[in-house]
Amino acid sequence: MSDRSELIITGEPFEFDAERDAEFEQQIVRYPIRESMIMPALWMAQEQQGWISAEAIEYIAERIGTFPAKVFELATFYTMYHLKPVGQHHICVCRTLSCWLRDKQAIVDYLAEEVGIKPGQISEDGRFSLEEVECLGHCGTAPVVQVNGDFHEEMDLDKFKALLATLE
Amino acid sequence: MEVKILSTKFDIENAHLIDVAKSHGAYQTLDKLFSMTPEDVINEVKDSGLRGRGGAGFPAGVKWSFLPKDLDKPTYLAVNSDESEPATFKDRYILVKDPHLMIEGIIICCYAIGCHDAYIYIRGEYTSQVKALQRAIDEAYEAGYLGETVDGNDFRLDVTVHRGAGAYVCGEETALLESIEGKKGQPRSKPPFPAVVGLYDCPTIINNVQTIASLPFIIQEGADAYKAHGTEKSCGTHLFGISGHVEKPGMYELPLGLPLMEVLEKVAGGVWKGRKLKGVIPGGSSTPVLTPEEAKTVNLDYESMAEHKTMFGSGGIVVLDETVDIVKLVENLIYFYHHESCGQCTPCREGLGWMLKIVKKLLAGEGSMADIDLLVELCDNIEMKTVCVLSAACTMPVRSYLKKFRHEFEAYVSDAAS
Ligand SMILES: Cc1cc2nc3c(=O)[nH]c(=O)nc-3n(C[C@H](O)[C@H](O)[C@H](O)COP(=O)(O)O)c2cc1C
Ligand code: SF4
Ligand code: FES
Repeated sequence: MSDRSELIITGEPFEFDAERDAEFEQQIVRYPIRESMIMPALWMAQEQQGWISAEAIEYIAERIGTFPAKVFELATFYTMYHLKPVGQHHICVCRTLSCWLRDKQAIVDYLAEEVGIKPGQISEDGRFSLEEVECLGHCGTAPVVQVNGDFHEEMDLDKFKALLATLE
Repeated sequence: MEVKILSTKFDIENAHLIDVAKSHGAYQTLDKLFSMTPEDVINEVKDSGLRGRGGAGFPAGVKWSFLPKDLDKPTYLAVNSDESEPATFKDRYILVKDPHLMIEGIIICCYAIGCHDAYIYIRGEYTSQVKALQRAIDEAYEAGYLGETVDGNDFRLDVTVHRGAGAYVCGEETALLESIEGKKGQPRSKPPFPAVVGLYDCPTIINNVQTIASLPFIIQEGADAYKAHGTEKSCGTHLFGISGHVEKPGMYELPLGLPLMEVLEKVAGGVWKGRKLKGVIPGGSSTPVLTPEEAKTVNLDYESMAEHKTMFGSGGIVVLDETVDIVKLVENLIYFYHHESCGQCTPCREGLGWMLKIVKKLLAGEGSMADIDLLVELCDNIEMKTVCVLSAACTMPVRSYLKKFRHEFEAYVSDAAS
């Protein structure tokens, strides 16, 4: 999400669960250098915890044998890594060309006016967070919205409202 | 008009599963492949005229032949599945509907170039698609098409999925390599080209998903069968993604060379809501726009696009109806490229930001005629002065809008400011 300036220290130690631990060992042998595993490890940490904490960065660095700064650098360069918790339902609305031509703005405006969240924000109850993202590769079924990674295509305001209603 | 070479299994239920795919011909080229020499394969692909489908259109077989011979280093293949150029949405269909076609293509390419470790770089947003792809790869391992031997042949091949995490620039081939190496996706200066110094400093071929997926047909049916479609220099078929203001947006496989307007009308149902056409973006957001007049004479192939001073690009066609505000569209475009700049070249990092500011100023009614000229001057000062062409992917189309729709920019100039 948008504020990428600092890491949050949770005070809780981080380590991969058994499933991710096995996945890590399985994938690292595919690369001739250990650093190639930084991005996959960041994904694993995010999948496990929902976001990436200071402790997760330290853990990944140690496990790979590199500097935490290097892991942090990638976690900030690549915009899909969350450096703070996101809402229970993380909503990404595509803002680029084809979705813009087919009125993605109606969805963004609705979220601002009716749900009270603007891009980069999380709702007070923590249920929703919103991000405007760049072309999601589904331009033929624009406008598109992603919720926790799931694509919802050919959205219009009515369909979007119906979708929101299904999100607990 | 549609011709199916790549999309033969797209409408078949569960064709992403290996058993279903196999019952419709998947992996059947392998016997023939391993009876050929790698040189034969490269020559067949050269003969087919297959050009890279990632946007630049470089002949695939020619690229492969740039690999140094007898080098004491491994050779790598990176399949470009980043698919992030706005208006491009074709590779996803292959990944999800017929992943085994791509895996078969990877086997063909790796055998031809002597590669034993292939990486598929897939954009991070493709969450379910990554899973579908990994499942197909796991199936291919289990069925003996990947691993220590390939279909019983003495040829090791490992295929690894590397997931991006939200950076358009990683579609640029050297940024993609940096990203696999565990670095920020910042493009490298060329030369040296990746075929000589690529992934982990070793010779590397980077090809688009659709390029790779075109290989099984070429090997199975032969170069002539492939060349039978398309034009002399733009051979074969392409997955065209049509989006924007048309009645039937979507992905269509068509031979190269068809007249653009005929495709828009007959295949995509024409401009939506009975409105008039204002312009067509022919091949992804980075290609210069065509006016309705120009659109009438252009064909969907590399040469015709070049004659019209635009590019074939990624085959992502965007239709703009008469209601589109070109200045706002340009703001949307510049925002994208500025946001996606990797930041290492000043003209790109700063220049695109200045361009965005000027367009915003115009939209706020505070711009002057001089500001419009300044936009053109900025384009001049950015192009060709950067490590990669991301910045030009922004300035080239912006120039075309400034030239062909200048009156719309001028209409935003307030009397007070001019
Ligand atoms: C900024 C930028 C973004 C690119 N994005 C992609 C992409 O998403 N997918 C792709 O296949 N090629 C992309 N390319 C082109 C690649 O650099 C490269 O030319 C291509 O992957 C080569 O494969 P091909 O010869 O099979 O087309 C991009 C290039 C640039 C400059
Ligand atoms: S042109 Fe832009 S994206 Fe390309 S290397 Fe330079 S700063 Fe990075
Ligand atoms: S422009 Fe929205 S998915 Fe491509």
